[in-house]
Amino acid sequence: MSETPLTGRARADRSPHSFAKWQRIGGYQALPQALSRHSPDAIVAMVEAAALRGRGGAGFLTGTKWRLMREGAAKAGAGARYLCVNGDETEPGSFKDRLLMEALPHQLIEGAIIAAYAVGATEVIALVRDEYRAAAVALTRAIAEAEAAGLLGRNILGSGFDLTMRVHASAGRYIVGEETALIAAIEGERPVPRHRPPYPAVSGLWGRPTTVNNVETLSAVPAIVERGADWFRGLSRTDEGGTKLYGVSGCVARPQLIEAPMGTTARELIERAGGIRDGRALLAFQPGGGATGFLEAAELDVPMDFAHLKKVGSALGTGALIVLDDRTCPVAAIGRHARFYARESCGLCTPCRDGLPWVSKLLDALEGGQGRREDIELLHMHVDLAGPSGRSFCDLMAGAMTPLKSGLQRFGDVFAAHLDGHCPVGRA
Amino acid sequence: MTLSPATKSAIVEAAAAHGGPKAAMLEALKLVQQAEGYVSDANLAEAALTLGVTTAEIDSLATFYSQIFRSPVGETVILLCDGLSCYLGGADAVRDAVMQKLGIGFGETTPDGKFTLINICCVGGCDRAPAALVGPDRTLVGPLSADDLTALIGGAP
Repeated sequence: MSETPLTGRARADRSPHSFAKWQRIGGYQALPQALSRHSPDAIVAMVEAAALRGRGGAGFLTGTKWRLMREGAAKAGAGARYLCVNGDETEPGSFKDRLLMEALPHQLIEGAIIAAYAVGATEVIALVRDEYRAAAVALTRAIAEAEAAGLLGRNILGSGFDLTMRVHASAGRYIVGEETALIAAIEGERPVPRHRPPYPAVSGLWGRPTTVNNVETLSAVPAIVERGADWFRGLSRTDEGGTKLYGVSGCVARPQLIEAPMGTTARELIERAGGIRDGRALLAFQPGGGATGFLEAAELDVPMDFAHLKKVGSALGTGALIVLDDRTCPVAAIGRHARFYARESCGLCTPCRDGLPWVSKLLDALEGGQGRREDIELLHMHVDLAGPSGRSFCDLMAGAMTPLKSGLQRFGDVFAAHLDGHCPVGRA
Repeated sequence: MTLSPATKSAIVEAAAAHGGPKAAMLEALKLVQQAEGYVSDANLAEAALTLGVTTAEIDSLATFYSQIFRSPVGETVILLCDGLSCYLGGADAVRDAVMQKLGIGFGETTPDGKFTLINICCVGGCDRAPAALVGPDRTLVGPLSADDLTALIGGAP
């Protein structure tokens, strides 16, 4: 439990604990402490001191996000304020939030209640992707149990704090996980991203102050309140607090979730997943899901946290480590991602709507040995057009181009070989 | 076909639970689909009427979300993951096997109306690659071999 505070209490078959069982094994200990001993500001300070960074991909400091929300709420005056739980996990290679919602719904609910208290939210809405039906069922049931126990509703535990919580079941589409699109989705609008500013902390759901937090982020909160910021920071090997729920998949012997200290290296994670499968060698890996740059053997010992991976030109993203062995064609792998992002573009911004299908087509042609020399130049052009973040309403386009950009840099020879109709690393 | 009184009252309840008719449109579509298998034009219009929104408003969501079906689907929907981790786990071979066995491609339904095959983005089953979601509860199955999936669809033509 102490080494794996996030997942240590999950059952192997992922069935959720009943409310009574969850209490018996130490659940809902943090909430009474939070409500009776700490002010909302003190909780925000605690999470700041814990150096908890958002686990949805961007790695923004959770305490800072919460403080901005409190400032937004103070300016907005009386009325509803919202905490949205982002359970739309759809990033290729990511499967961590599924476990946290299916097996440990009460941990998430406790974290959400404490977060709502800290930011001053009046309602929690958990958006769960359609494909996670078991998670939505588990969460809905657990919310009802928490309500029945007086942990949601009016005057929670005699604190004077009122809060309701509900599940919003989504219906497919990756873009819903972008925070402003998620807000639009809950409002019943077509879920396309919105311009920022105004940021959700100022004007979010129905124009009211809103915080959107990832499932893993909120699930980490109860332990921080119960055991303190210093303990949480001490779990990590780096400056970024806590453990991290890494997902290791692709060409490893035993693909799996691994909760490990923040800053654990890819080498260790791959070893724990049984090594590269079939005794093959590593070609490359993506450390944080589909939208993160490729790394190679030379980067196996980089601590996997937000700062260290950024320094080597990649990103922690969702901590979804996708492993490619030496029989995997990088052109094909990047092509799979390109198809995904092209299909999932919401269509709002032209470079994304029209550019991604073009890129996907070029990659498919290259993979099939039908590529032309100028196609490589076109791919570079698309990478340059996507540019840094900020050229479109959201980061889908920039994210989609990230594996291609790093692929062109690292595997330029493989791309070139495809022009001659053969793949040097392919399944010979 | 018209919506049952039970579906209609569930839609009305959804409006109360979701903060108004507009915010409940997606839930209404899901309720229609749950009851009828897909969202026909007639049922779309009836759901809109029940909520008091326009058909255009509710169809703007129906056409956006990938898991709202605007045309009929088979009794069992098979959603095959085509994410990178599943590809690395051998998803292409499973795809080819199921397509051959069922005689259909993605987005198609077998002539007997039993199966619909759809490709889907990463379903969060990367530890069970290649993975698929099967049936009304979107049950995660995997790791799948071509044989497993053939067994799963058993009596298919």
